[in-house]
Amino acid sequence: MSKRRTIDARGSFCPGPLMELIAGMKMAEVGEEIEILSTDKGSASEIPEWIHKVKHEHVGTEEKDGVWHVLVKKTH
Amino acid sequence: MKILIVGGGMGGTILANNLARRLSNEMRSGKARITLLSASERHMYQPGLLYLAVGRMTPDELYRDQASLLEQGIDFQVDPVEEFRLDRNEVKTKSGKIHGYDVIAIATGSRPTPEEIPGLAENAELFYTEETAVKMFNRLRSFEGGKVVVAMGVPHKCPMAPLEITFMLYDYFKQRGILDKVKLHYTYPIGRVHSLENVAKWAAPEMDRLGISYETLFNLKEVDGAKKVVKSEEGSETDYDMLISIPAHRGMEVIEKNGLGQRGWIPTHRNHLSMEGRDNVFVLGDTTNLPISKAGSTAHFEAETLGENIAAMVKLGAPVREYDGKVFCFIEAGLDRATYAMFDYNNPPQPKPPTKAVHWFKLAYNKLYWASARGLL
Repeated sequence: MSKRRTIDARGSFCPGPLMELIAGMKMAEVGEEIEILSTDKGSASEIPEWIHKVKHEHVGTEEKDGVWHVLVKKTH
Repeated sequence: MKILIVGGGMGGTILANNLARRLSNEMRSGKARITLLSASERHMYQPGLLYLAVGRMTPDELYRDQASLLEQGIDFQVDPVEEFRLDRNEVKTKSGKIHGYDVIAIATGSRPTPEEIPGLAENAELFYTEETAVKMFNRLRSFEGGKVVVAMGVPHKCPMAPLEITFMLYDYFKQRGILDKVKLHYTYPIGRVHSLENVAKWAAPEMDRLGISYETLFNLKEVDGAKKVVKSEEGSETDYDMLISIPAHRGMEVIEKNGLGQRGWIPTHRNHLSMEGRDNVFVLGDTTNLPISKAGSTAHFEAETLGENIAAMVKLGAPVREYDGKVFCFIEAGLDRATYAMFDYNNPPQPKPPTKAVHWFKLAYNKLYWASARGLL
């Protein structure tokens, strides 16, 4: 199973969940999964959009009780 | 109770003064002692660097003697911590002294790290230190026209700075009478021109109106100084005649060396402001890993929360309130107008159109800051 870390970006308006993920990517190892927690539904589309653009992997997105859990994998 | 504060920036200074006022009786009777350890005998007003870069402040206006900002009774020592021995409730300083504590607050701040992007430190104008802000001021004075690109790393201190420097440069070049020879190009790491959606909704049309071009989803990857090209992680590139950058930041090296947090950010409880897994270790300002703005106002509001809580721990044996994620940021929208954004974990900001009155208030705050650091504002 891949190593996984969680970034709790609930309630983050600034810098916001995507910016937290970009910062978090610098700390992750290649192959590591990162789960972002966000209360901004926009994260469900903007995080995968960026992930595809920089060629990492979007593993999945799930909404539970108003919190979006976006799972990504650092691939390079 | 021995209270040890590490770091003499905005967070550490406000916390020390706040506690000294709340605990004046306890300090006199010997029941409480406050020690502040800092790496410098001077205190810098960091937001002033933005103004220094465009010639609106001078270096001497950025500093005060740290001791002059502190309440009587605070034991202030210029002796930075080198070892955090959290399991033994003590730290070791550069001079070799050991300071024990009952409660420690860590407010060591952050540092720009342009060296992490190949070519950035050598080829970009930066304004996050006095030296680089003065260099940028001189470069701007001699600039006669061309393409000016603004680019930033993540995370960075003061999330409003990218917009502020862009709009201030527009007015700067206009006042110099060379605006028609300058092309301003703004880049931003996410899919809109600012993290705050409501700020982005105001700023993008403002850039359109002023003829400032922009590219979103642009994360700095490298700078080719010979070709004068900056490249992004997303695969795009843009040429420049002058590159202005807000570089990525890391927490301080001492935090990383002591294993307190990756890249110098300490895992922190978002409401209690305690270090994860430690009840007597508190963290504030840029040093936390919280998903909120790395800004002076964040440190200010966190310091007020911690001041109340640590004083209550002395007087009542337990903290009494939670931090709600409050942040307040001025946003300079040029050299003569400004707005602001206030928000917390649950409430997004609703910025209003920029006015001259808010700009004047910001200029007044540049002076009032010293009262704020003393805990009077």
